Amino acid sequence: MVGVPRHRIVEEAAKRRSLVTPEGVDLSLRLADVGQRVTAFAADLLLMVAALFLISLLAAAGATAIGMAGAQAVAIVWLLCAFLLRNFYFIIMEMGPRAATYGKRMAGLRVVARSGERLTADRVIARNMMREIEFYLPMSFLSLDVSQGTADALTALTGLGWTGIFLLFPLFNKDRMRVGDLLAGTWVVSAPRRKLSVELSPEAWEGAPEYRFTNAQLDVYGVFELQTLEQVLRDERVEAIATVAATIRGKIGHAHQIGDHDRAFLTAYYDAARARMERGLLFGKRRADKYDKPA
Amino acid sequence: MDGPDTSRRFRAARESEWRQLEHILTQAESRSVRALSDEDLLALPILYRGALSSLSVARETSLDLELVTYLEGLCARAYFFVYGVRTSAGSRIGEFFARDWPGAVRGLWRETLVSLLITAIGVTAGYLLVSADTAWYASFVPDGLAGGRDFSATTESLRETLYGGRDQPLALFATVLFMNNSQVCMLSFALGFAFGVPTMMLLIHNGAMLGAFMALFISRGLGMEMGGWLIIHGSTEFFAIVLSGAAGFRIGWSVVFPGEQTRLAAATAAGRSAGIAMAGVVIMMIVAGLLEGLGRQMITSDAARYAIGLGMLLFWCAYFYLPRRTA
Repeated sequence: MVGVPRHRIVEEAAKRRSLVTPEGVDLSLRLADVGQRVTAFAADLLLMVAALFLISLLAAAGATAIGMAGAQAVAIVWLLCAFLLRNFYFIIMEMGPRAATYGKRMAGLRVVARSGERLTADRVIARNMMREIEFYLPMSFLSLDVSQGTADALTALTGLGWTGIFLLFPLFNKDRMRVGDLLAGTWVVSAPRRKLSVELSPEAWEGAPEYRFTNAQLDVYGVFELQTLEQVLRDERVEAIATVAATIRGKIGHAHQIGDHDRAFLTAYYDAARARMERGLLFGKRRADKYDKPA
Repeated sequence: MDGPDTSRRFRAARESEWRQLEHILTQAESRSVRALSDEDLLALPILYRGALSSLSVARETSLDLELVTYLEGLCARAYFFVYGVRTSAGSRIGEFFARDWPGAVRGLWRETLVSLLITAIGVTAGYLLVSADTAWYASFVPDGLAGGRDFSATTESLRETLYGGRDQPLALFATVLFMNNSQVCMLSFALGFAFGVPTMMLLIHNGAMLGAFMALFISRGLGMEMGGWLIIHGSTEFFAIVLSGAAGFRIGWSVVFPGEQTRLAAATAAGRSAGIAMAGVVIMMIVAGLLEGLGRQMITSDAARYAIGLGMLLFWCAYFYLPRRTA
């Protein structure tokens, strides 16, 4: 029982990496998880394929316009475009000020030097050239398998097993580094652009009573539960709010009142509990979760 | 009950500054630093420090998760922007050509010699094997690359491929060859991570392919001509391949024998210096591609081809290895 939320807190801490700025503040960056990385890469691949398709269409149109005499020039342009796209899309995008490809931007990620220094071109080049063995080589073994006989299939399978080590490398280290990240001294962190939304405040509801809570009722939960409640309130899903309101009422022994309204109750409780806990913070008392010693 | 007043007042007092910082960052990231007005540029570091101090205060006094997460994200973005760009792109590129690149290549001299030796072994093996038995040719040179240049071709048609005119599919062939070679470069660098063994195999194979070509043309008495056809861009291209092999070996070596450092630190250090060398290799491949695509099409005199090829070799050696003043 005790292990469940504790476990979550520890897990969250394991994903954080400290980066202390020269001003002495720890930014505690959050590493991107594998799902985000795969999403970003898949989006980039799709983008590259779409771009290649577009270039092919243009090339086909160009070839028909010029006629067969110009076909060679069109073919060369097409080949060069494909080459540049495959090798330099990642490098050029990651050297920009946002240090992220479009796929990474979509997933809210960016590339960061592990030491917290500036991300230099040599790091970006090293980490992206490693894609040759991490992605393209396994893929070439896969395509080999399809087209050849059994003897070659065995070679392909061995090759696939071998290159699979590079492909799956991020799954086997706690920093979720690719081979390229490891060699370039980088890692990928989750740094989504957020908008600051409105602050939660008690919401009055017509007919709802004015809620009052005793200190004992407010001390039932800790910071973790408070912030979970905050997320529930921000998500604004009616069933979730009803469930959480029922749970909290039961837990703190809050009698049902006439004209009771779930959201009004929860915002009032959130407000009161947060005020009490923040006052505790000023006195150096922080209660991580409900299993923690009461402040 | 009066609610969390302190943290609400804190947020209300600072919020406009955070939004201003966010606005400046969005502008700077989507366009460039130049898009910022002078006032914004001057305000940026102040707003950044303000946001950092807000983050410190919020972490200690506020339980509003949304606020803390927002500030963490904002501060990280501002940090990377404020500390990310220390020099202008121009001086960075200048630095790269003046010091970083030749320095990285010089640092790889041992690996470069090994890589050169392995390529030479490949060339010799390819030449000797194909000279002894022409059946070997097909196993060294894939059909796609041979493009009809094999032992069944007539001497006349072989000569034709060396001095081919502008409107022959040679230009296309040159592009394919350039891309193939660049891919070989990157692969041999990346494969260095697998302890350098595959890099060695790749270099031998590449050398053997060259050896096989040489055997074919020399057997028809076209050795001299073939040399000119090859060297005009080949001196640059093979230098680049040898260097990328060397960069791969450096990585493989540091993974197997990390020395005093941890394996991870050694690999990272090797990866970075090899990465600089590889950035240079890409530039060399582009130069080689230009020489191959344009130079070879326009210059059909053997002497000029040799002069350009050897001149390029001399230039690269001087650029990389001539001693120079250290800053």
